[in-house]
Amino acid sequence: MNTDQRKPGHSGAADRRNPESTGRQDGFRVRRVSRRPGMTEIFKQTLRIAFFTGAVFIVACARESAPQTPTFHEEGYPAKLSDWNLMSAANGVLTLSPGVVPYDLATPLFTDYALKLRTVTLPKGAAASYREYDAFDFPVGAIISKTFYYPQSSDEWAGDVSVGPEPTVAGGAMPLNGVRLVETRLLVHRAEGWVAIPYVWNEEQSDALLHRTGAAKPMTLHRADGREEAFAYVVPNQNQCAGCHATNNTTRKLAPIGLKARHLNKPSTFAEGVNQLDHWILSGMLTGAPSLPSPASGRGGGGEGSVSNLSPHPESADADSESAIPRNALWTDETESLDARARAYLDANCSHCHSDVGPADTSGLDLRPHVEFGPKFGACKTPVAAGGGSGGRPFDIVPGAPDQSIFVYRMQTTRPGDMMPELGRSTSHEEGVALIAEWIAAMDGGCD
Amino acid sequence: MRLMTSAGAVALIVAAAACSGEKKQGAQPAAPADASYQDTLMTELLDAKPGDIIEIPEGKFSFDRSLSLTVDGVTIRGRGMDKTVLSFKGQIAGAEGLLVTASDFTIEDLAIEDTKGDALKVNEGENIVIRRVRTEWTGGPKTENGAYGIYPVQTKNVLLESNVAIGASDAGIYVGQSQNVIVRYNRAEKNVAGIEIENTFDADVYENVATDNTGGILVFNMPNLSQPGARTRVFKNQAIANNRGNFGHPGTPVATIPAGSGVVINSNDQVEIFDNDIRDNKTTNIIIASVFSSGLSKDGMSADFDGFPEGIYIYGNRMGGGGKNPDGLELQALKIAKFGPMGALPDVLWDGFSDPAKQVNGETPAPLRICVDNDSAEVINADAPNGFKSPSLVTDAVRCALDKLPAIALANGLGG
Repeated sequence: MNTDQRKPGHSGAADRRNPESTGRQDGFRVRRVSRRPGMTEIFKQTLRIAFFTGAVFIVACARESAPQTPTFHEEGYPAKLSDWNLMSAANGVLTLSPGVVPYDLATPLFTDYALKLRTVTLPKGAAASYREYDAFDFPVGAIISKTFYYPQSSDEWAGDVSVGPEPTVAGGAMPLNGVRLVETRLLVHRAEGWVAIPYVWNEEQSDALLHRTGAAKPMTLHRADGREEAFAYVVPNQNQCAGCHATNNTTRKLAPIGLKARHLNKPSTFAEGVNQLDHWILSGMLTGAPSLPSPASGRGGGGEGSVSNLSPHPESADADSESAIPRNALWTDETESLDARARAYLDANCSHCHSDVGPADTSGLDLRPHVEFGPKFGACKTPVAAGGGSGGRPFDIVPGAPDQSIFVYRMQTTRPGDMMPELGRSTSHEEGVALIAEWIAAMDGGCD
Repeated sequence: MRLMTSAGAVALIVAAAACSGEKKQGAQPAAPADASYQDTLMTELLDAKPGDIIEIPEGKFSFDRSLSLTVDGVTIRGRGMDKTVLSFKGQIAGAEGLLVTASDFTIEDLAIEDTKGDALKVNEGENIVIRRVRTEWTGGPKTENGAYGIYPVQTKNVLLESNVAIGASDAGIYVGQSQNVIVRYNRAEKNVAGIEIENTFDADVYENVATDNTGGILVFNMPNLSQPGARTRVFKNQAIANNRGNFGHPGTPVATIPAGSGVVINSNDQVEIFDNDIRDNKTTNIIIASVFSSGLSKDGMSADFDGFPEGIYIYGNRMGGGGKNPDGLELQALKIAKFGPMGALPDVLWDGFSDPAKQVNGETPAPLRICVDNDSAEVINADAPNGFKSPSLVTDAVRCALDKLPAIALANGLGG
C-alpha cells in the first residue's frame, strides 16, 4: 500500500473515473495536473506523461537533453530502435520517453529467464478499447515494446547471466548497472495491421539494431543454486514473431498476446497502490471496461476463484457482474489455488497457439483458461503429431502422475523438435515445470 | 537410392549454376554446408511477395534455426532433390526445418535433411504443391529423428508428387486434417509410417512406393481433432516388405503399428483399396482396425468420436507373401494357434470391431460394411473385442461390394 489510504469499501466508480473529484491520486504524483480545470483531452495526455515526470526530469537533467517524443513510423523497418524514440540508454540508465508506459503481467511467458520491460505507447488522445477475453483493441499508431534483458553475472560481458530479480523500473527509468540488454521487440499497429519488428542491442549497449533474421547468442545461465548451464539465447526472426502473435492461424493477422484483461488485472508494479487496469482507465489509456476492477483484485491474494472469474463460455459472460473483468493468478503466489496458478501459467505460455483457432489447433489441445478440464485440456489425451515430444509417455496429462504426463516432458526437454513452447526458450523453466508437475500430482485418477 | 552430396560434386554444380541467371537467387554459397546462406534465404523468405519464385542454388546449406514462410503465392525452387540440400544437422531452435503458413504455395526440387523436428510443415493453406522434395534423416531410421518428413496439415487442394521421404520417426509423408488431396508418385522408405492420410476428406493415393517402413500406407482417423476423415482411395501403389521394427516414440499412435503392415486403415470411413501390389509384409498385408484396439485411452477421447472403420472396400489387389511373422504377442499367438508355426496370417486382418449402435437386426447396414472382394485373398476377424479368443476366417461373409468413390479432381489446375 502507498500513502493513499483508500477508505474501506470505497470503490465508487464515479470517484475513480473523475480524477479531479478525489484525493485518491495522491500516490500518482499527478496532483498538480489533476487540479488544472477543464482540458480533458490534454489532461489525459498529460497525466500519462506526468506520471513519470519525477524520474524523467532527474534523468533528463543528468543527460542534459530534453525528453524525446515517440515517433510512429507508418511503414518500413527503421534501422535502429532509437529511430522510434521510445527509450534511450545512456549514462547507465534506460529511460522511457514521455508517453511510453511500462506494464507487466500477472503471469508472464517464460523466455530463458530473461527479464522483460514491457511498454505501450498510444497516439496522442487515443485509447485502447476494452475486450473481455481477447487482447485489447488498440488504435492504429500504438506501439508495444518488450525489452529482454538479464542481470549480468560478471563485470565484463562474457555471456554469463543470472536468474534475476524483478525489474527495477521507477519513474520511467531503469538503472543498467549489472544489466545486459539483449533485444527489444516491437509490435507496431499500422493501418494494415500489427507488424513485428525485432531489434538486437549492440555491444556498446547504446542502441538496438534491426535484426529481421533473428540470431542465436551463446550464453551461460547461472541458476539460483549455482548450477551453470550453457545455452543459445535465440532471437526470433520476423516470421517467427508470427509463430506466436498470429494467434488465429486462419486470418494470420498479428495481435498482441499479453495485453489482455486477465493478464493486466493486477496491482500495478509501476504505480504504487493501484490496480494496473485502474491506472490505465484513470489515465485515459483504456475505455469501455464494463466495471472497474474490484478493490480486492488490486491486492492480489484473491485466493480461490481467480479463474472462475472467467466464465466457461465467453459468449455468456455477464458483463454487468461485479467480477466481470477476468483475472489470472500470479503463478508464484501460493495464496492462490494450485489450479489457478497452473492455468495461469499454461495460459501465458501455451494458449496463444493452443486455442480453438491458433496454430496448434491441429493438436486438439486447447489451453485457454476457461476450457473445462477434460481431453481438450490434455486429460488422458493421446498425442497426435508429437513425435519425440511424447517423451515415451502415453497421454498429455495422466492425473496424479506427472512423470507419465507428456506436458511435463515437453516443458522439461530442451530438444528443439520435442519441447514446448516450440520457440522462445533453450533452457527449461524448472520452477514452471515444478508447478505443473505439482498440479498434475494433486489430481485424482489416472487414465482408463 | 544413393544421394549425391559429396563436396566435389556440389562444387561442380555450384560452378555451373553460377553461370545461369536465376530470378531472386541469393549469394553463391561455398560447398559444402555453407552456413552463410542462412541469412540470405531467411531474408528472401521475409521479403517474399505473392508471385515470387525463390530459387535456391545447388549446394548444401546449413541452418541452425527453422525457416518460415508466411506469404501467400510463393514458390520455393531448388535445383533438384540431390543437388539443393538444406541441412539442419546443427539446428538449435525450431520445431521444423521449414514451416509454411500460407496458401498458393509450391516447393520443388530440393532436399531437407536432418531436422530436429518435422522437415517440412505446411500449417493451414490452400493450393499446396510439394513436388520432387526429399526429406531425409541421413543417420538412418532412428527414434530420435524428427516426426514427419512432408507434413501438410489443415490444408485444402493439395498435391504431393514425386517426393522421397526417408527415416521419419512418425510418417514420411503425412497429410492431416485436410481436404481434397492427391498423393502420387512418391517413395517412402525407412519411416515408421511410409505414407499416412489422417482425419482427411477426399484423398487419392496412387502410384506410390512404400517399402521398408514399419507400416506402408496408413489411412487413419484419430480422436479430438478438428475434423474426422473419410473418402480415401488407395490404388496402384506398391506396399512391399514394410517390415522395419517400429522405432516410433512410445505414446504416439504410430508406435502401435505392428512391424510388417502393408496398408492399415484405422477408424476411417469410406476407404477404397484396389489395384495395389501389397506383398511380403510380415504381420499382414492389409489391416482394418478400430481405435478401440489401438491402446488409446477411452477417458481421453471425445465422446462423439466414431472409432469404427466403416464403408471399407477392398478389391483387385495383388497380394502375397505376407503374415508369416506377425509383430506383437496377440497376433503371433493368433497366427500359431490358427495357422501353425509355419503358417501365415491371411492377407486381410480385421480386428472385429463394429459399432453396436448402428446394427440393424444384428447386421451392419450395407453402406457401412467392410467389403473384401479380392479373388482368393482371405480375411480373418481377429476377435479383438473378445481378447482375440475366437478369431475366424470371414472371407465369404465379407465378400460384398460398395459404391466406388469418384476420382479426386484438384481445383485451380493442380495436378492436371
